Amino acid sequence: MAVNTDVADVVVRPATGLSNRNLWFALGLLLAVAAPFQFYPVFLMKVLCFALFACAFNLLIGFAGLLSFGHAAFFGGSAYVTAHAAKVWGLTPELAILAGMLFAAVLGLLFGAIAIRRQGIYFAMITLALSQMVFFMALQMKFTGGEDGIQAVPRGHLFGLIDLADPLAMYYTVLAIFVGGFALIWRTVHSPFGQVLKAIRENEPRAVSLGYRTERYKLLAFVLSATLAGLAGSTKALVFQLASLTDVTWQMSGEVVLMTLLGGMGTLLGPVVGAALVVTLQNYLAATNLPVTVVIGAIFVVCVLLFRRGIVGEAQRVLGKAAR
Amino acid sequence: MFELLGVAPQVLFGQLLLGLINGSFYALLSLGLAVIFGMLNVINFAHGAQYMLGAFAAWMLMQWAGVNYWLALFLAPTVVGLVGVVLEKTLLSRLYKLDHLYGLLLTFGLALMLEGGFRHQFGVSGMPYPIPDALKGGQNLGFMFMPNYRGWVVVASLTVCLGTWYAIERTQLGAYLRAATENPVLVQAFGINVPIMITATYGFGVALAGLAGVLAAPIYQVNPLMGSNLIIIVFAVVVIGGMGSILGAIVTGLGLGLLEGLTKVFYPEASNIVIFVVMAIVLLIKPAGLFGRER
Amino acid sequence: MRTLLLTGAAFAALVSGSASAQVSDNVIKIGVLNDRSGIYADIAGEGSAVAARMAVEEFGGKVAGATVEVITGDHQNKADIAANLARQWIDTDKVDVIADVPNSAAALAVQGITKDKKRIFLMSGPGSTDLTGKSCSPTGFHWTYDNHAMAAGTGRALVEQGKKSWYFITADYAFGHSLEAETTAMVKQLNGTVKGAVRHPLGTADFSSYLLQAQGSGAQVIGLANAGGDTTNAVKQAAEFGITQGGQDLAGLLLFINDVHALGLSTAQGLLLTTGFYWDMNDETRAWAKKFEEKVGRKPSMIQAGVYSSVRHYLQAVQAAGTDDAEKVAAKMRATPVNDMLMKNGKIAENGRVFHDMYLAQVKKPAESKGAWDYYKIVSTMPAAQAFLDPKNSGCPLVKLAQN
Repeated sequence: MAVNTDVADVVVRPATGLSNRNLWFALGLLLAVAAPFQFYPVFLMKVLCFALFACAFNLLIGFAGLLSFGHAAFFGGSAYVTAHAAKVWGLTPELAILAGMLFAAVLGLLFGAIAIRRQGIYFAMITLALSQMVFFMALQMKFTGGEDGIQAVPRGHLFGLIDLADPLAMYYTVLAIFVGGFALIWRTVHSPFGQVLKAIRENEPRAVSLGYRTERYKLLAFVLSATLAGLAGSTKALVFQLASLTDVTWQMSGEVVLMTLLGGMGTLLGPVVGAALVVTLQNYLAATNLPVTVVIGAIFVVCVLLFRRGIVGEAQRVLGKAAR
Repeated sequence: MFELLGVAPQVLFGQLLLGLINGSFYALLSLGLAVIFGMLNVINFAHGAQYMLGAFAAWMLMQWAGVNYWLALFLAPTVVGLVGVVLEKTLLSRLYKLDHLYGLLLTFGLALMLEGGFRHQFGVSGMPYPIPDALKGGQNLGFMFMPNYRGWVVVASLTVCLGTWYAIERTQLGAYLRAATENPVLVQAFGINVPIMITATYGFGVALAGLAGVLAAPIYQVNPLMGSNLIIIVFAVVVIGGMGSILGAIVTGLGLGLLEGLTKVFYPEASNIVIFVVMAIVLLIKPAGLFGRER
Repeated sequence: MRTLLLTGAAFAALVSGSASAQVSDNVIKIGVLNDRSGIYADIAGEGSAVAARMAVEEFGGKVAGATVEVITGDHQNKADIAANLARQWIDTDKVDVIADVPNSAAALAVQGITKDKKRIFLMSGPGSTDLTGKSCSPTGFHWTYDNHAMAAGTGRALVEQGKKSWYFITADYAFGHSLEAETTAMVKQLNGTVKGAVRHPLGTADFSSYLLQAQGSGAQVIGLANAGGDTTNAVKQAAEFGITQGGQDLAGLLLFINDVHALGLSTAQGLLLTTGFYWDMNDETRAWAKKFEEKVGRKPSMIQAGVYSSVRHYLQAVQAAGTDDAEKVAAKMRATPVNDMLMKNGKIAENGRVFHDMYLAQVKKPAESKGAWDYYKIVSTMPAAQAFLDPKNSGCPLVKLAQN
């Protein structure tokens, strides 16, 4: 999917070398560390989980140009696996999360192998239908609990030491996971691998002619994206102590597309901003009588028609112009 | 009576017949999708919502204007088709120059708005819509009791499907349409008004969805979520059949309905996923779909 | 000396004064959480909130010196939404008690949270016996009905009529499984057989293939272990497919007056059902139902009546205890019998189960009904001990096991 190429697709290019960027990063981290004392921690953790989910999704669409409409399968599927691992097998949280990520990686490999053969709309349709398969399996299989979901998932003790039932401990763990995932994505994008991905996105035949095995790169990106989406889902299962069908529906896949589109596809901060906005909006609207889906749909329509760069994308464009 | 693999024939034929009925819905809905994708290269995610609109239009016509089922069969799809035309003219047409995926996202947002709005207004329980008197009751076929209305659904769907296929593949208008998708600039140079054709095609595809909705209203209860339950299955049908192929959509729709019915008899737990498994297999062997052409 | 006495008196006055202000934040917040827009919206929904407010009005809006507030939430029949809303209500919105919660999966999730955070949970909506069984809570109260009562009532009545072979069409979640399990146990206890069962997702529109399988099983009774819109859809489509003409009976195991209203008497006539409340039983119920109908536009279901009864009993206990501390109020609730238009001398057991009489009703023929909502004739009364599981056999860890 051709994304705006006149926009710098990294974090705001610092005017004065690296120090500016590091300063912003430190400030952001400080805010994040102080946040649970001001805001409801569970809400913040929800934002972080969805932000990671959106970032993982953005890796695929923004940097590899592949629109996957089935990412909920990784998100929700790993939530189920983690919930089961923590509740039934009694694994400690970090092992349970790893189990979920492993599941997401394997599923990503399977889906990727089937879907990568096609491009564009076909790719999207295939991922959508494959994730529906996962949905129906989740509906049928005994261990997922069907409509009930897996409830009362114990948060456990991180590394056997830190009790995650304490909201602050859980929050900082989630924050650490998010920062780790984000750092991984940042590193991937700014690596030779990331450069090749961008090349494939811009002009795949050219990349092929240069000798790159584009199928392999795309598959690797897909698996990476799936694994990180799985990480987000696993963490969410522990935060809410529940894994349910909502997480594997195609509506959830659509939500992450919206978050990324609204925030800015192809930017690194975009998905974070988009996720924060959408989660806050949903929270706020739930208290009122306004229909949430209609508002979300309207934002989608407006974004697609008028606002394709997304918030961060537009901001970069404006700042880029100002710098000249 | 004999037993096939431990299953009584009543159950087998009964489920196959039900599968055929479901299959005709799949065929009718995927027909609309295939027409729209074939001509416009747009995945109409709002197709499920437009199907729901058709059912609601029929219900509203009955509630507020006393219009009976038979009139609604013509009026409701027309209304929904007009809504489609408006959508295309005002929103969709702006996106043709861009990547086709934006069309998908736009129609996805529209689907959310439509379904959310109706859900907010009408709740989820469903409004009752009576079976028309002429079609009440049923025939005792020996192996099962088949309601007349469901038989009518099969007949109506097949007629419309075959009629549409004939119109597109065998008439001159259809030829213009098919040419316009291959090379719109050239066709326009020949003096044919391509934009109007595109708008009309979208409207027609949407009207097909609306018609399916009217047919569904007496059996599935008119409720805002009726489309979202069906739409993903229809996508899978279209992908298997080959995304631009009209015949592919019809044949695959019917075939998959039957396959689903068979699965319900022998392995009911898998009946929901069998369509997707078939899709995965077809894609591995023939990525363009059974009847599709590589684009 | 005098200053010392005065200071001491002032101090004593201060202390005793603060002792009476023991209601947290000086507000008693009741959260009515249910399905406001889905298949259970009519049998609970806004009606339950109205019922709760009617109970609050009886106390003049103030209990133990604090104002009473009622807020509502929509869980959309999803356990995760219910859990998140309950958690948020307790953590940030200072909600003291949660009421209703139809949908057993949601109720089980909420019970986990109210048990953890020590808040009272007044369950009028859900049916699963697990709520007073293995998932019981010291502050959880299961008020109006449960699946065992349904099985004991409708199940037993049908088997005693000679309908001994059953096939179930079950809603595939906690409630449906529990209802199917309870009825199966009752049928087998009375020497009946269960020929099979098929599970359908919640909110299914098309029951044709399930009905066909039920028909093929040859069972005498097709038990519908579902509720609300699912039941009415199934009954309507069963009529379409000629199920009863084929000689099989349909048993709606959980039927509400709203379902009968939706089906119409000509379709629903003769159906047997078990209920905890019917508006037309005596003068008290008629008076209350009339007030309810004026506000909501339809007669109350047993769930809505149960919300009224449970909130009323809760507020009475708060009044008596002088505080809204969950454990103290729960103790007071258990110590006092429940007496209102819904039940007389209702007793609350250690596992939270409220014991009261249930009624076996039959839907009237169209000719027998004098007007809208005049739908049931009460066939018999089931005493509480027969309707509900003995707490000692419920599997609740709070109940000391029966001595052998």
